[in-house]
Amino acid sequence: MESHPTISSVERSIIEDFSLFDTWEQKYEYIIDIGKKLPELNDQYKTEEFKIKGCQSSVWIHSFEKEGRVYFEGDSDAVIVKGLVSLMIQVLSGHTPQEIIDAPLEFIDKVGLSSHLAQTRSNGLRAMIKQMKMDAGVYLIKGRGIRDEGRDNTVNG
Amino acid sequence: MSSTLPYDIQSIRSEFPILERKVKGKTLVYFDNAATSQKPKQVIDAIAHYYSYYNANIHRGLHTLADEATADFEASRAVVQSFIQAKHHEEIIFTKGTTESINLVANSWGNAFLNEGDEIIISSLEHHANIVPWQMIAEKKGASIKVIPIDGNGKLDMNAFEKMLSKKTKFVSIVHASNALGVINPVEEIIALAHQQGALVMVDGAQSSVHLDIDVQKMDCDFFAFSGHKIYGPTGIGILYGKKHLLESMPPYQGGGEMIKEVTFEKTTYNELPFKFEAGTPNIADAIVLKSAIEFINRVGKSNIRKHEDLLLEHATSKLKDIPGLHIIGDIQPKVSVISFTIDGVHPQDLAILLDNQGIAVRTGHHCAQPLMQCLGIVGTTRASFAAYNTIEEVDIFIEALNKAIKMLK
Repeated sequence: MESHPTISSVERSIIEDFSLFDTWEQKYEYIIDIGKKLPELNDQYKTEEFKIKGCQSSVWIHSFEKEGRVYFEGDSDAVIVKGLVSLMIQVLSGHTPQEIIDAPLEFIDKVGLSSHLAQTRSNGLRAMIKQMKMDAGVYLIKGRGIRDEGRDNTVNG
Repeated sequence: MSSTLPYDIQSIRSEFPILERKVKGKTLVYFDNAATSQKPKQVIDAIAHYYSYYNANIHRGLHTLADEATADFEASRAVVQSFIQAKHHEEIIFTKGTTESINLVANSWGNAFLNEGDEIIISSLEHHANIVPWQMIAEKKGASIKVIPIDGNGKLDMNAFEKMLSKKTKFVSIVHASNALGVINPVEEIIALAHQQGALVMVDGAQSSVHLDIDVQKMDCDFFAFSGHKIYGPTGIGILYGKKHLLESMPPYQGGGEMIKEVTFEKTTYNELPFKFEAGTPNIADAIVLKSAIEFINRVGKSNIRKHEDLLLEHATSKLKDIPGLHIIGDIQPKVSVISFTIDGVHPQDLAILLDNQGIAVRTGHHCAQPLMQCLGIVGTTRASFAAYNTIEEVDIFIEALNKAIKMLK
């Protein structure tokens, strides 16, 4: 069976990456860079249905389940926000619904991005996390009923 | 007179303690004055003084503290009266802010006088606070809303407005200066045209009252609204001005204490103006302190402040125009010291984050004017807005920070 890194091990490696940055410029240049590198979300998911409410920019998150694990993809029209989407995908994608729901996501504070959590109305990192955890919750409930592994169980926002 | 004195920016800045704050290790550059202005020490001190020395409920208490608080509350009303050149002090109603002032008129006047088939005119430049209350009352009464269109720079189409006016027009509610773009509307012309058709006019002065000399009698508006916190005063206090005979004809907006003359379980008779519209214990402290804010403006001189802000606006406009791909939205005269822009390929939210990391506070987004953004075909803008205490050096710091942000994003 394929081994998956745990959420906390992914968080640890992100914290390590960020510890190399001495200035805010380096930190944001990195976020901008991973934002630019995140593959564009398929247009079929860039709709109102998949849009996260409460962001000043447009943010879309699409999730699907495969073999008991939840995968996320996403996009934003703002590049820093897209970088934050990319970070969240790195951390949360490919884990079981329960792991995603339980993830404390301490790395956000440790890498100095908690200000993005506070600005709920304009920023949307909090809304993004809430949506990703809600999606995981839906898969958890579904998984307790019928096992339909491997199918694209699109959950919408 | 103060207008002959040189504008002592350092002395003005020293009156605003918050300007000494560091944000992310940098000295704060506060360019979000159109959202709320910072407060001078005399305003901050007046709040502490009220609560430390003579806090009491007003108008009914027969003791020294109540007398003093009542006297200052009414003195503040008189200062507001002269600030906007109202004819009578009872034409000045204390509210929570511009939003409540508009809601008061929409509800009180609208419920009493609006009928099915009537029309209310607003403009494409309106803040949500001057859209939604009218939509709510229009829906309730079967009235409809017409919207004056604008051009790409936010200039009102006055020909369209004239064509829109008819005997069906009962009310026009128009923003004096756009919060999103800064452009100033020809309110006197709008009021005169509306009055010819027998329609009443409300002017949303949330942005204009801090920059422009307001004379409600000369303007001949029927209602005028503004907020304390945008004129160097506290939050939670605002003003509704209304012509006396109109306010007298309108039913109360809320019921409670203060607004009554006599109450029995069968019937209540209402108090006279302005108390009829001030139900419950008002925001006494902030109403009193509004006087200190207006005294600050009067001491420095509104025209001196305006001249200074115009210099900042001019400097910022010419510097911003040098940035490739930057488009100023609303680059027309006359305007207040608000500058709104978009940059090709750069999202306003990304800019705000990178500017914040450099200690600069600007506003980004739709500025509570989503229909305006739709009219202009944009998702939002970045907005810098200047006040009495901002400097040319701060504009230069902002331009440098902006160039750095653009470089990082592109």
